[in-house]
Amino acid sequence: MTEQAAAPVPHHAGPEPMTGAQSLIRSLEAVGADTVFGIPGGAILPAYDPLMDSTRVRHILVRHEQGAGHAATGYAQATGKVGVCMATSGPGATNLVTPLADAYMDSVPVVAITGQVSSKAIGTDAFQEADICGITMPITKHNFLVTDADEIPRVIAEAFHIASTGRPGPVLVDIAKDALQARTTFRWPVEPQLPGYRPVTKPHAKQIREAARLLAASRRPVLYVGGGVLKAGATAELRILAELTGAPVVTTLMALGAFPDSHDQHLGMPGMHGSVAAVTALQKADLLFALGTRFDDRVTGKLDTFAPNAKVVHADIDPAEIGKNRAADVPIVGDAREIIADLIVAVQQEQAAGQTAGDRRFDYGQWWEQLNAWRKTYPVGYEAAPEGMLSPQQVIERIGQKVGSDAIYAAGVGQHQMWASQFISFEKPATWLNSGGAGTMGYAVPAAMGAKAGCPDTQVWAIDGDGCFQMTNQELVTCALNNIPIKVAIINNGSLGMVRQWQTLFYNQRYSNTVLHDGPENDGRGPAAGTRIPDFVKLSEAMGCHALRCERPEDLDAVIEKAMSLNDAPVVIDFIVHQDAMVWPMVPAGVSNDEILAARDVRPDFGDEND
Amino acid sequence: MSKHTLSVLVENKPGVLARIAALFSRRGFNIDSLAVGPTEHPDISRMTIVVNVEDLPLEQVTKQLNKLVNVIKIVELDPVAAVRRELMLVKVRADAETRGQVTEIVQLFRAKTVDVSPDAVTIEATGSSDKLEAMLKMLEPYGIKELVQSGMVAIGRGARSITDRSLRAVERSA
Repeated sequence: MTEQAAAPVPHHAGPEPMTGAQSLIRSLEAVGADTVFGIPGGAILPAYDPLMDSTRVRHILVRHEQGAGHAATGYAQATGKVGVCMATSGPGATNLVTPLADAYMDSVPVVAITGQVSSKAIGTDAFQEADICGITMPITKHNFLVTDADEIPRVIAEAFHIASTGRPGPVLVDIAKDALQARTTFRWPVEPQLPGYRPVTKPHAKQIREAARLLAASRRPVLYVGGGVLKAGATAELRILAELTGAPVVTTLMALGAFPDSHDQHLGMPGMHGSVAAVTALQKADLLFALGTRFDDRVTGKLDTFAPNAKVVHADIDPAEIGKNRAADVPIVGDAREIIADLIVAVQQEQAAGQTAGDRRFDYGQWWEQLNAWRKTYPVGYEAAPEGMLSPQQVIERIGQKVGSDAIYAAGVGQHQMWASQFISFEKPATWLNSGGAGTMGYAVPAAMGAKAGCPDTQVWAIDGDGCFQMTNQELVTCALNNIPIKVAIINNGSLGMVRQWQTLFYNQRYSNTVLHDGPENDGRGPAAGTRIPDFVKLSEAMGCHALRCERPEDLDAVIEKAMSLNDAPVVIDFIVHQDAMVWPMVPAGVSNDEILAARDVRPDFGDEND
Repeated sequence: MSKHTLSVLVENKPGVLARIAALFSRRGFNIDSLAVGPTEHPDISRMTIVVNVEDLPLEQVTKQLNKLVNVIKIVELDPVAAVRRELMLVKVRADAETRGQVTEIVQLFRAKTVDVSPDAVTIEATGSSDKLEAMLKMLEPYGIKELVQSGMVAIGRGARSITDRSLRAVERSA
């Protein structure tokens, strides 16, 4: 996290006598936290008193702790700073479990502060006691239990340091109520005491040279770019490297925006719903040049048939990712920005050495012919909706076109998320927020809220499904009351669309429990508008939002424009779309990426017979 | 599968053992034996962990352990270049008639008799797993009433210490 590791304004204070709670708030101010999402309760109550007086920390009162956690994640992904959420002990803390697991899977820097019962009551099954450190051990980068008020400044400094450096991730700080109430002395700055925490950021020069040599010698390379490139703030360097070498680029779901979608060298997203060109490029490559990515199963498909003829250069800040799923020929541990900067120099040296006639260094001409043919024959597209109905892809594509590439888009999880990744053009970093690793339904609304709180001058759109929306929409109340005017596009197909798609393809069209707008006796084949339970327009109006509904293709532009013109409150649009749309291309779970289907029953012709 | 002995230096803080045990179970690795105790430095504890894995998963488990913030250093000890010991306490049936034979075995294995009662003796033995196993085999015919064994502890041979540099890091940060 080179870019965002900028230290907060130097701040020297103390020693000053105060309570642990005051010391906590002073520490948060000193570390540069400006926004905290949370809900008070018994054990954290002492902290909320000095928080009321802080002029530097804005607390946003959410309606559910899960919303606080995802908001912190959205804030962090949009601003590049550490997101902060706060909750009380017991159920308050356990409600943070899902967003912490989510942030852990997607390596988002978040600090969660939870109240704990008094240190003397810990272990006695006291009221609202939960062992939140034990519970979150496998889903946080690290966590702390603080029972001594004197430790608060150091632990807060360490928590923010751990969350934001190396491979970023969530850190939980659990503070006993009596530590918050105790008298202590506040001093700043404090030195972190972390003898076991030394992330390697500087790559090994020999490995860099070897990587550049492999790239020069390869005939069919792919720059396989993951979220680490965004987190390292290495997008400018990536573009230089890509243009210098002329190699094709694929960006994973977590890396959308790291390389402009519109760039001629961009093949799209790889993986289960990636473009045919991107998926196939990886399959047929002779060199995978993996930067800040982790060979996730959603990208590789069946691992032992993934990119069978490719050598692998794997660069990541986390040494444990290298060789975890796929052996690396050239492992590089370090910060993506430093790695790519060094690679640029090494590539230039290779190029300088190859100025002789007949030298084929970086010659990818034949490869591009093949790639362009795949790209041309199998573009990502969609079938039109039945006459008079809206297709979900068209809605999302049109939002992307009208709203543009400067806006931030947050998606939930499911079909709408995949369509957003496919049909919105991402040109800039930090414009795409989604739950990639954990696949957390309900992520969009609170994440959009967090992003908008951090970037109030940027348009923030949540692209949400009607299933996801019903999990976390209560945060629209928070948005309405705190002047956080996000836009929410509900892609309402009346069902749990992605699950329904799998039922269509793999469960003989038996739609078990995926119909959302009707009772169990209906298989979802009724009118798409369904029962209008819940009525998202009325629901949104009740929460203090503007609410619009769009059911016909001819109204689409006008409704989006209307939504864009309303900025005094959150806007929710209920887009009623046809329910049988499916996400294509698709690699069915557990099979080789060679089995990609461009559309239903359409397997691309790769000329395998001639191979 | 093969057995590997890892020496892990950790910060002496609450919850560290739980973090390590949880990591093993979450990532699906089996611990053969685990021993924890203080070192020459009060802020550092040392764990000796014996794992039964192939080389590739061993690399992964080592890397994952290294990611734990409280883990300072991990060294795999080569069985040839390290002294490895376990402690065993075993209660063996022994009456006036057989006591002499049992104590003879104790002496053969350079173990110690630490408690005697009319129909049993308790033996303390240290050594490698092989030695302890051999002794147990000899004692079995008399009747083993109770057995308790520690995890293995191990230390590299020669003058070098794996804690030197780590201690400096800890002192620097303190």
